[in-house]
Amino acid sequence: MEKSLKKYFPVFVLPTLIAFTIAFIVPFILGIFLSFTEFTTVTDAKWVGLKNYLRIFEDGDFLNALWFTVRFALVSVISINVFAFLLALLLTRGLKGTNLFRTIFFMPNLIGGIVLGYIWILILNGLLAHWGVTITYDPKYGFWGLVILMNWQLIGYMMIIYIAGIQSVPDSLIEAAKIDGATSGRILRSITIPMVMPSITICMFLTVSNAFKLFDQNLALTAGAPSNKTAMMALDIYTTFYGRVGWEGVGQAKAVLFFIIVAIISLPQVLTTRNKEVES
Amino acid sequence: METGIQSKSLRIILTTLCSILALIFVYPVFIVLLNSFKGKLYISDQPFTLLNADNFAGFENYISGIEKIGFFKAFGFSLWITVGSVLAIVIFTSMTAWYITRIKTKFCQILYYLFVFSMIVPFQMVMFTMTKTANMLHLDNPIGIIIIYLGFGAGLSTFMFCGFVKSVPIDVEEASVIDGCTAIQTFRYTVFPMLKPIVITVAILNAMWIWNDYLLPYLLIGTDYKTIPIAIQYLKGGYGSIDMGAMMAMLVLAILPIIIFYLCCQKHIIKGVAVGAVKG
Repeated sequence: MEKSLKKYFPVFVLPTLIAFTIAFIVPFILGIFLSFTEFTTVTDAKWVGLKNYLRIFEDGDFLNALWFTVRFALVSVISINVFAFLLALLLTRGLKGTNLFRTIFFMPNLIGGIVLGYIWILILNGLLAHWGVTITYDPKYGFWGLVILMNWQLIGYMMIIYIAGIQSVPDSLIEAAKIDGATSGRILRSITIPMVMPSITICMFLTVSNAFKLFDQNLALTAGAPSNKTAMMALDIYTTFYGRVGWEGVGQAKAVLFFIIVAIISLPQVLTTRNKEVES
Repeated sequence: METGIQSKSLRIILTTLCSILALIFVYPVFIVLLNSFKGKLYISDQPFTLLNADNFAGFENYISGIEKIGFFKAFGFSLWITVGSVLAIVIFTSMTAWYITRIKTKFCQILYYLFVFSMIVPFQMVMFTMTKTANMLHLDNPIGIIIIYLGFGAGLSTFMFCGFVKSVPIDVEEASVIDGCTAIQTFRYTVFPMLKPIVITVAILNAMWIWNDYLLPYLLIGTDYKTIPIAIQYLKGGYGSIDMGAMMAMLVLAILPIIIFYLCCQKHIIKGVAVGAVKG
């Protein structure tokens, strides 16, 4: 069959390959190249070596965004996964209305980041009005606002993955443990959690990479205000590119660093959590 | 893990807990709906009060919002771009995935790893260069953007199809080749129908992403063609002053189609997300 299929390369692979080259391969290589140049459009690029990378640290914006993103990722990864796992435990006990609850908890995940941002501006500003301030008054309001928003959006998503994991734990294992006299706490710790380790890996990976790449929600909720203090990395790169003339090269250098950070974070996390997984 | 709770009172407590949580999850959307019928001056001051004779504004916000951002036009662009891109992605990446899984050449292997690699690259890395490349090739219009989405979405989609194709028995394909089918016919009538479950998953994941995507269409075609997220962000205006009335009404109109779509194919969406996460 290989022979007869092989000559159909232009039909099967070429369309995807052309689009992939235009939308990814060329921009990626060009992006690395441009981070070592000064430019306003692609055609006037002038080689400047590492200058852009050094200029990143001229003002504190990038480091501030990095620190904000790291703190945000840490807090939201823990809270989202804990809540999602607890909800999944609740919804795998055969309670009445389980399907309805699952539908409701998952719903926010389908709403886009921009729309989510404006929904929460209304709610959070409404609450903060009691103290006569708005969400852009202090960076810590923006921080916790984003954490709440992210939790609302992703808990249902992660819950679905945890439910699938919990449901795949064989009943016979649980029954056997019960006969041996294990308490439900012990069953959770020694059977359920090790058995759903693959789901935990996936959810950690998904939440961390979602947290690091967050953009729309950030733009809609605070747009970095006050004075770029609540800008996360993706937003900081965007404002460097399109908000400051003459900083395009620095923006691209920031983007390369951002890419490296995202890659470094996602790879070992998957590898280390994989080791703890139960072989099945 | 259907442990089943013995005591009835615990069951009632847990169901109540779930109901309260469900209410908390729905609450933000409910508040937005409520405020979309209030006069715009009442929204920022008292977002949590119910409708009354003073603050009720009927459909005034809807009328002004639809006019301000050209909602129906935006809806049309969003729909066109989403449907077009999802169709292109499903058709072309499934073909590519089948080809590179079945043909074992070095080139196909490299291509596979390039697709996997593209999955960990954040959009900001190629944001500027992709926009410039697309401009140069005159892809900055509602048809060209479909090619860009095909290229940028190719990584995840091809990867997911590849994982599934490996589990499809090769004998069936060989039989159809022996019966005299060309590779295209084999794919069309034998392989593609077997891919149906993963086709639904890939279609839903991409539809969710593209429908809600803000930055890519904004940079590429945003000045001439506004999709729904772009139109909503546009409402914010240059100076950060938001017409809250129109905003609330447009948020409702933006959420409404998503909820209708969700309630219609809820089963597929939830399953698709679970499968997609496990594979990706």
